[in-house]
Amino acid sequence: MKRLINQRPSRGTAVLLGLLPFLILALVYLIASDARLAANPNDKLLPSFATLGESIQRMAFEPSKRTGEIELWVDTWASLRRLAQGVGLAALIGLTFGVGLGALPLLRAGLAPFVAGLALIPPMAILPILFIVFGLGEVSKVALIVFGVAPFLIRDLQQRVQELPREQIIKAETLAGSSWQIILRVILPQVLPRLIDGVRLSLGAAWLFLIAAEAIAATEGLGYRIFLVRRYLAMDQILPYVAWITLLAYLTDLGLRLLSRRLFPWYHDKGAP
Amino acid sequence: MTARIAIRNLWKEYGDQVVLERLNLEVQPGEFCTIVGASGCGKTTFLRLLLGEEAPSRGQILLDGRPLPAEPGPDRGIVFQRYSVFPHLTVLRNVLLGPELKGAPLTGHLFGAARREALDRSRLMLDAVGLGRALDKYPSELSGGMQQRLALAQSLVMHPEILLLDEPFGALDPGIRADMHELVGRLWRESDLTVFMITHDLKEGFHLGTRLLVFDKLRHDPDAPQAYGAGITYDLPVERADQRIIREIETEVAVTEAAMFAASA
Repeated sequence: MKRLINQRPSRGTAVLLGLLPFLILALVYLIASDARLAANPNDKLLPSFATLGESIQRMAFEPSKRTGEIELWVDTWASLRRLAQGVGLAALIGLTFGVGLGALPLLRAGLAPFVAGLALIPPMAILPILFIVFGLGEVSKVALIVFGVAPFLIRDLQQRVQELPREQIIKAETLAGSSWQIILRVILPQVLPRLIDGVRLSLGAAWLFLIAAEAIAATEGLGYRIFLVRRYLAMDQILPYVAWITLLAYLTDLGLRLLSRRLFPWYHDKGAP
Repeated sequence: MTARIAIRNLWKEYGDQVVLERLNLEVQPGEFCTIVGASGCGKTTFLRLLLGEEAPSRGQILLDGRPLPAEPGPDRGIVFQRYSVFPHLTVLRNVLLGPELKGAPLTGHLFGAARREALDRSRLMLDAVGLGRALDKYPSELSGGMQQRLALAQSLVMHPEILLLDEPFGALDPGIRADMHELVGRLWRESDLTVFMITHDLKEGFHLGTRLLVFDKLRHDPDAPQAYGAGITYDLPVERADQRIIREIETEVAVTEAAMFAASA
């Protein structure tokens, strides 16, 4: 028998092993839900799969009686738009300042301590300020995501730029490159895939800020909805929403990973001559 | 004739550590200088000074009679042991980059006829170093020797006056090294390039080049090995070097190497 550290699953086994925890969770839920419903048919904490199915049907496919719109899609669209705007803006800021700070020592000396200080402010603590300054509309929610994510991206990309081998930059100088040209042709293209890595890492935080902002002040959005129906203990709505948010987060991450592989093959095929 | 490189009483110090002292040297256009010496004897520092990456503490370096620019530039090409090529560009675009940077200050990209001309030049250069069949590969798909060929092509397409080689073949297998020697020798003979090559391998120094420079400590203080810098202890035309001198240099370099090692241990 081989040592445990040398035993590798086949592809099929790996998929099965990966699915196992999900199946166990579903099974445990099913048992617990049955037990509670047997004791009290009106229990709201762990609704049966049938109830969950009805709720999903109602939320995702039937127009709401109150507004005439399909709630899930309205919420999804509103949340994804805020998320995309916030993360997109943060990525742009992160790229601009990260490359600037990484490439230009003068700019770094002037701004790096400031950015480091900015990154230490807990974003949630300034949410009230954002609401006061930008009002309760879209801007403050997007601003919270930007404020929460951009400092991390700036510092991450600055690091990545400074990690580029010094030899490469010197080489570019001996090829007649100016500061601007070296940033444009040598540094920028090499940190773009690293920006995607950084965005993937910060998506979790971005979702957190989005849901927090929506929970406090919004009229639609995934975070708004789950905090709204919390008052009625509507687990049959909250649970599908959480699953849906998780799926969206997974798909966004997957999309970014595939995009990066497609756009930057040189970045992913390292050390495979 | 003005010397391509003239060095007048050069010193390089980091704090109280003297790396190079009292260095004087004149190199004429077209010379191929091989630099050998123990580790820690300022060979790489010397190359960085020529590159403009470091400034002398005292003394002067003249390039064609004028003070050397204080930063790297297109008149001095370089090939490092590693990381000399750009991983995000294909082989052809790696070589094309130089002409593009030179020809398009704002966008860094050439278009139309200028681009076609630059592409032709790059392809010719890549043919010359034997990479004509790997134009669309990324550097990570190349072997170490091929990456160094690419780095050479990238530098030479700019027609620098001086080519600096910092142990360019140090990481390569012996067989591939021999091929690379042949290639560098040929490229050098076909141009009026002035070459400075650092090598760890004394035989390499005698095999290639016209002039051998040995960097070694001029004075030894066993208690304070950093107190004295290195200088050029041998400066010989390669054809005058015989077995006796090679052995002499080998012994002296080995002694310094051992002293430096003992001091750092």
